[in-house]
Amino acid sequence: MSYTEIQTPKNPSTKDTTSVPQVLTPQSSQIGLMRPDHSKNVVIDWLTTVDHKKIGLMYGAIALFFLLVGGVEALIIRTQLAIPENDLISAQRYNQLFTMHGTTMIFLAIMPLNAAFFNFLVPLQIGARDVAFPRVNSFSLWAFVAGALVINFGWILQALQVMGLFQASGPTAGMNDFVPAMGWFGYAPITGINFTGAGTDFWIMGLQILGIASLSAAMNFVVTIINMRAPGMKMMRMPVFTWMTLVVSLLIVFAFPAITVALGQLMFDRCFGTNFFVVAGGGQPILWQHLFWIFGHPEVYILVLPAMGIVSEVLPVFSKKPLFGYAIVVFSGAVIGFLGFAVWSHHMFTTGLGKVATAAFSLLTMAIAVPTGVKIFNWIGTLWGGRVRFSAPMIFSIGFVWMFMMGGFSGIMHSSAPADAQQQDSYFVIAHFHYVAIGGIFLAVVAGIYFWLPKMIGKMWKGNLSTWVAIFSTAGLNITFFPMHFLGLLGMPRRTHTYLAGFGWESYNLICTIGAYILAFGILLLVVDIVRCFRYGEPAGDDPWDARTLEWATTSPPKVYNFAKTPIIPARDALWEDKYGPKNRKITYEDDHAHGIHMPSQSWMPLIASLGFIPLGLGMSLMQAGVPFMGYFAIFGLVMLSIGVALWALEGPGGYHLNAKENVA
Amino acid sequence: MHTAEASHEDSHDNLVIDNKKLLMWVFLGSDCMFFGTLISTHLIYRKLYPESFEPTALFSLELTSFSTFILLMSSFLMALAVSAMHKGELRSFRNNIIGVVFFGLIFLGCQVYEFAHFVHEDLTLSTNTFGSTFYMMTGTHGVHVAIGVFWLVCMYFYSHTGKMDAHESAVDVEVAGLYWHFVDIVWIVIFTVVYLIEFI
Repeated sequence: MSYTEIQTPKNPSTKDTTSVPQVLTPQSSQIGLMRPDHSKNVVIDWLTTVDHKKIGLMYGAIALFFLLVGGVEALIIRTQLAIPENDLISAQRYNQLFTMHGTTMIFLAIMPLNAAFFNFLVPLQIGARDVAFPRVNSFSLWAFVAGALVINFGWILQALQVMGLFQASGPTAGMNDFVPAMGWFGYAPITGINFTGAGTDFWIMGLQILGIASLSAAMNFVVTIINMRAPGMKMMRMPVFTWMTLVVSLLIVFAFPAITVALGQLMFDRCFGTNFFVVAGGGQPILWQHLFWIFGHPEVYILVLPAMGIVSEVLPVFSKKPLFGYAIVVFSGAVIGFLGFAVWSHHMFTTGLGKVATAAFSLLTMAIAVPTGVKIFNWIGTLWGGRVRFSAPMIFSIGFVWMFMMGGFSGIMHSSAPADAQQQDSYFVIAHFHYVAIGGIFLAVVAGIYFWLPKMIGKMWKGNLSTWVAIFSTAGLNITFFPMHFLGLLGMPRRTHTYLAGFGWESYNLICTIGAYILAFGILLLVVDIVRCFRYGEPAGDDPWDARTLEWATTSPPKVYNFAKTPIIPARDALWEDKYGPKNRKITYEDDHAHGIHMPSQSWMPLIASLGFIPLGLGMSLMQAGVPFMGYFAIFGLVMLSIGVALWALEGPGGYHLNAKENVA
Repeated sequence: MHTAEASHEDSHDNLVIDNKKLLMWVFLGSDCMFFGTLISTHLIYRKLYPESFEPTALFSLELTSFSTFILLMSSFLMALAVSAMHKGELRSFRNNIIGVVFFGLIFLGCQVYEFAHFVHEDLTLSTNTFGSTFYMMTGTHGVHVAIGVFWLVCMYFYSHTGKMDAHESAVDVEVAGLYWHFVDIVWIVIFTVVYLIEFI
């Protein structure tokens, strides 16, 4: 806790004056332990990194992996539903698949994809060296990985059980569902100890760990955006993406505690016999629904606001116009975030809330359409009269505006309680949120990938494969989910393992399944294109798009220190003004410090602390399944976590100095 | 953390508030929602089953008032410790921290006694919803106090290493102080809406 001096490495070569950042030789920290020697081993370098750019890339890679996992789960679901009375998979496996599909896509694919962009872009966009707490950032990443492993561990046990190598004993004896199988919102009372087995425990512990990861990351970003802005980067000069990151981070900070408590109560119900959601003991299952959706509805905006931020960055660049109504776009985003806390009960219209509550939540839900509509019109206003270039990021962004609007329209239909009573738990709802999730968030994320990949890895994708990605994914999305509106109105309930012929559902279901494979092919092409860019991409140059914001003012890929000199920001759209604006709006740079650029040291401790979550989560869950000694395994995890945190505090922040003579672009 | 020493050169604190202090404020905002959820759960079930359980027979207002007073006084000592650290008076800082830790332990002792007493009177986690919500809510608060005590004990020992001084460590103590005061405020809310209100 003392920061009196920064330990500069003994090796004089780190004071090298070339522009190439010299690799730091390992130094001992305040407690005498060696800091990781990342110069020798690239694996150690990535495991212990505190560089927001590397952390962002790792978030992105892991999220893309889970996007494919969730996609395969979806394809199995769609294959099962292709024809009536199909028996490809059992009903139980079907339940596991739709539960894990939802959980994976929301918590392990979309949220970390957004986190990848937050991490990579926000410090660059505000002209900072790194996030406010680089080691906390590393902790967030590895805690996310730990949570992902815990939540997916059930698949391994399920495989062992199928092979006859594992059986649950103890409280869950006789139950053979080791994969969560109660839907991604885990309604009580099916999550109770009498109804579901260890899968629910993996789900509880996994989500709890993911929540900790998200909370620590969100708090980090709030501090970063408020405190680490370069001089002159006033709040109303920040890029819209950074603004949306701030709103989303605040949403996470205030929404996640509700799910943390609810999961804690559920865990106590299962492990220690409390009565929060146990009907026999006076518990009220409806309480779970309230607590879950108080978190769950802001979560919807946690997922979609970053997508809106990405599109708000891409459209101006490819229209050669500033964003139409910057202030009102920012304000609308904040209003959406704020109202997001006041609409949770629209997920529960059919539970009988009473007339007044239903009317109030109905009204507030309709009100959310206003700021969303404002944004749509501002995006159209940005395109209007612009010199539009149809490059891949632009194609996907325009796709976002249209497809997201489709999802928004069916959302408005749900806000009307009587209509919602018809649509509740039908395929109409599935159609609605997949239009928002794939047509909205996924397309925007792909736009972001094509837009920023040249900045992230310094290589430019080439060719027109991206156009085929757009064609296949948009066509696949519409062929899959548009018929689901009709399926829902024809009465097909969601989460149906199979169905009988004769309801008029057969042809629609077959079309949906065909569409799902088209969409999957589009995503496969995207992966191919990304890999191609990594392998064969040409050097991108610092500013390939003639872009507007600060991240394009540095090199591609950015150096470890982001900016050789700290920029002083004279205006909104800083780089654009620098390139084409009047003289008094050029970016100027602060003077060098005599000692060079101060950089944070790498550390093992965040990794050790967050890996402690794995034994903790698995131990708590397996204890329920009756595996012996698992309680001790959980305690071991807790000890590992505590030791990691303690050494983290004691090792001191370290840091080293780097001299970079070369200035930015 | 990294930024305390970095802030003097590389970051440009647009708000005149230290990174660590801002992080703690954001965390406390999050913790408000956390305790808000726990306390609401308790109040909802209390209102739903008003007749099922009579806590006034079990609660000892004298004991809880005493422990509340002790916790309030620990906050006072914490404020003195922060002030001492700002002035660089390490000795006074240590004395006050010992006081805070001591009072915190008394509070925890009272809570352990109270829990043991209630369990003895057959109110457990699984007796009814009152037991579930009461133990989880006050237990979570107790864990917060225990973490605070552990944090301050660490700080006390750390102050003997000679690495703490007014210039660099005052903000660390202040952050711990923010946490401690918050935990205290939460207890005042719990004391009011969980204990006192039952006697009206």
